[in-house]
Amino acid sequence: MNEFEPKVVVFRCNWCSRDGETSKMESAANTKLIRTMCSSRVDPSFVLKAFASGADGVMIMGCHPGDCHYLSGNYKTMRRVMLLKNMLSQFGIEPERLKLEWVAPSEETKFPEVVGNFTSKVKELGPIR
Amino acid sequence: MAKPKVAFYWCASCGGCEETVVDLAEDILIVADAVDIVFWPVALDFKKKDVAALSDGSIAVSFINGAIRTGEHEEMVKLLRRKSGLVVAFGSCAHMGGIPGLGNFWTRDAIFQRVYKEVPTVENPEGITPQVKTQVEVGELTLPEFYDTVKTLDQTIPVDYYLPGCPPPPDLIMQAVNAILKGELPEKGAVLAPDKALCDTCPRAETKPEKISIKEIKRPHEVELDLEKCFLAQGVICLGPATRSGCGERCIRANMPCRGCFGPTSGVEDHGAKGLSMIASLLGLEEEERMTEEDVKKLVDGVVDPAGTFYRFSLPASLLRRKRV
Repeated sequence: MNEFEPKVVVFRCNWCSRDGETSKMESAANTKLIRTMCSSRVDPSFVLKAFASGADGVMIMGCHPGDCHYLSGNYKTMRRVMLLKNMLSQFGIEPERLKLEWVAPSEETKFPEVVGNFTSKVKELGPIR
Repeated sequence: MAKPKVAFYWCASCGGCEETVVDLAEDILIVADAVDIVFWPVALDFKKKDVAALSDGSIAVSFINGAIRTGEHEEMVKLLRRKSGLVVAFGSCAHMGGIPGLGNFWTRDAIFQRVYKEVPTVENPEGITPQVKTQVEVGELTLPEFYDTVKTLDQTIPVDYYLPGCPPPPDLIMQAVNAILKGELPEKGAVLAPDKALCDTCPRAETKPEKISIKEIKRPHEVELDLEKCFLAQGVICLGPATRSGCGERCIRANMPCRGCFGPTSGVEDHGAKGLSMIASLLGLEEEERMTEEDVKKLVDGVVDPAGTFYRFSLPASLLRRKRV
């Protein structure tokens, strides 16, 4: 039997994650990176569409609270993700399959690290139903 | 010239869509004068065989309400599709799944278990549930299959137009009927209603603050609702900003917030996601920079039953369509 490799979609904010690191991750199996100008651009329907299309996990990356390039986009993201997690569990989708992480451009190693950790977590959860 | 033939049919629905046709009042006489109603189970005694006997495409338009829940619904709408030039999905249930679509948070087995075995007023010692086929002394009895998942009309047959609402208001019905009679219909696939959000026509629009910030979510039964103030400004969830207008603001005028029966404006793929996004954005907006994550969590948890709130009328039409089991 082949080992389960989770399909993970990562929405990354343009301002907090660098191209150099992301291009390395893009090559990682089954990880799809999508760049948006701000984490708050990630409409909840993008997340639902990812799950509906077979993603096992969805991650959203934003700048740390207080550091949003557009001043306050990430606060909205935080509230949307919390509410969306509550709703996902009603749909029988484990809320842990959606993850919001704050990163800064200076945190060079954090970005690939959190994606790696999340992928492992999703692997534990198994394929989405 | 022969009058155009028209059919009405109901699938998984409450009967409200039939009622709204009666609510046309005297206008129903104009409709009855202009068309020949060949099928309308709630009002006229035509049978399925009468429809089957018509030649294909000979019904000018079929107005079909209700969601698709059983094999009978599917069979009937496929028959009507074949016999009709135009099919109009009539009302929220045919359009997006509607209230019966909330059944997609359960399975057929769970529904049968509850309805036929657990409900306190049910006495069913043998635990009998509906069967598609049952052998009895005189032969085989059949029932339509009860599907696991509720579907919208357009997930079952091609649909030409949509009349939204729970139920569609008489003025929109008459506009649609007139447009059909005159052959002045918009592009196929259109929703026959305005394409602006409800806030645009809301009688309370003037009391809507420039910046809405919800400090605490209140449910309608928990507060004495102001008769004139924007519901969102009162902390009550109203889906007006994310919902299509054209309803005549019937709920608002009865002092109830919008629950979203008209669905989204065009171009929105998932009504519930838009409602969720809108409400989440307004939660604690003024204090957002000072709130801790715990504060935010508490505020967000004030939205009891987000899935039922944001997909009250549109679960089968949503991206996820149903609960994963």
